[in-house]
Amino acid sequence: MTREEIQSAIFELLKKTAPDTDPTSLKPDENIREALNIDSFDALQFLVALNEKLGIDIPEEDYGKTATLGSLTDYLEEKSQ
Amino acid sequence: MTEFLMPSLGADMEAGTLVEWKKKPGDQLKPGDIIAEVETQKGLIEIEVFEAGILEDYLIEEGDKVPVGAPMAKLKSEGTPGKIPEKDSETHPIQEKEQATESEGPVPSDSISEETSSKEKSSEEKHRIKASPLARSIAEKNNVDLTSLTGTGEGGAITKADVEQAMAGEKETPKQSPETTAVKDTVEKKAEQETPSKQVMEPPAPSSKPGQQESIRAAVAAAMSRSNREIPHYYLEKKIDMLAAMSWLKDTNRQREISGRLLPAVLFIKAVAKAIDSTPALNAVWDNGLQLKNEVNIGFVISLRAGGLLVPAIRNADTKNVDEIMTALNDMIPRARALKLRSSELSDSTITITSLGENGAEKVFGVIYPPQVAIVGFGSIVNEPLVHDGMLAVRPVLHVTLAGDHRATDGLTGSRFLEALNNHLQNPEKL
Repeated sequence: MTREEIQSAIFELLKKTAPDTDPTSLKPDENIREALNIDSFDALQFLVALNEKLGIDIPEEDYGKTATLGSLTDYLEEKSQ
Repeated sequence: MTEFLMPSLGADMEAGTLVEWKKKPGDQLKPGDIIAEVETQKGLIEIEVFEAGILEDYLIEEGDKVPVGAPMAKLKSEGTPGKIPEKDSETHPIQEKEQATESEGPVPSDSISEETSSKEKSSEEKHRIKASPLARSIAEKNNVDLTSLTGTGEGGAITKADVEQAMAGEKETPKQSPETTAVKDTVEKKAEQETPSKQVMEPPAPSSKPGQQESIRAAVAAAMSRSNREIPHYYLEKKIDMLAAMSWLKDTNRQREISGRLLPAVLFIKAVAKAIDSTPALNAVWDNGLQLKNEVNIGFVISLRAGGLLVPAIRNADTKNVDEIMTALNDMIPRARALKLRSSELSDSTITITSLGENGAEKVFGVIYPPQVAIVGFGSIVNEPLVHDGMLAVRPVLHVTLAGDHRATDGLTGSRFLEALNNHLQNPEKL
């Protein structure tokens, strides 16, 4: 899976989670939840959806690595290889 | 025979607009069946029945707006002697009925009563179109001429499916004849039973419509203003060491698939449900006095992205385990955000929880949702210095507040509740 494909999946699922926002405008080091105003419940649902779409397991202890667009993309790219 | 009434979905609800009947006369009903969809300030709500029986006849029509407590349908309870449906001659409650004009399109759907049918036949029925509001709305958006369609619904009413079929070209091709869709008739049926004062209303939309957020805001404003006006609140706060609970949560989540993982809110809900055991006076409503409730239905505050709140209930939370509570949240929260809740979820909360989640304020002091008598506020869990076993340590700390109705209970009761809540959260494996 390419980095572009991963980011495209992230943007698609973030848009579903927060339809009133533009996830593509996120800066790489911006905190996703804070920038898009996503609460704990929606954050978990977003990770569940990522897991279903990409088939990548995200253990709870790795949640910290999913905070920003950059770190989440890096994490998923690494796990997909 | 009994009457099915427009339910109250909260202290702030005064009326609801029937959008669509989901059952038809003659249908067998069992508890929990969805009988209708009603548009309220809190969105499109599925209305459930609570008794088994048979739907005998409609008393209001799709498009009608009626006050809380007004009869919507006649039900024959199981065991009640049968009765041949006949024209309804009872006095109906005040109804605000749509009054179709040229610019607004077709008239609202009609009921299926014989009286209605005969009245229709005697009027200028060629201009009258029987269609559900949903069908009209879809037709209008897609430029489908309703006069060209044959309805398959009750009494020949055009349904959503009829319009969709026409759009798919599977039925008659809609003919474009705007002049025939311009209907001037006002709805006359049952007019003699209604108040003379009618008011023009927009047809109800199938889901969130422009102004829905303002409407929710208004509902919150009404409920909170009433609370502040009528309820003498007292507030208590308890600082809870969450090390045990968070460790347990981490351990259990490590063993779970991501879709089965639990959020701290699940522990809060279950702990409140159990703590109520020791202080039942907090699981109650105030209605000319304290009325204790047997069921523990925990209202959970859900904030909407565009602003405003909804407070659906996790029913019988005391009998559900943590997995069942998480399942209930997974089902309820997305529906709440889509403004698609069920009547039972909005009507019978017995106590409310508000939880700020992660990375928010450390304390929240709630405003009681009337007619309830308590709201429990959970702040964000933060690492704080805490004395534990005589030693100062940094631990995850949760600030829990209780707002109680001082007419109903005293601070001592609230304090006992918070102490019980603390005890339950220290033993998460038993929740």
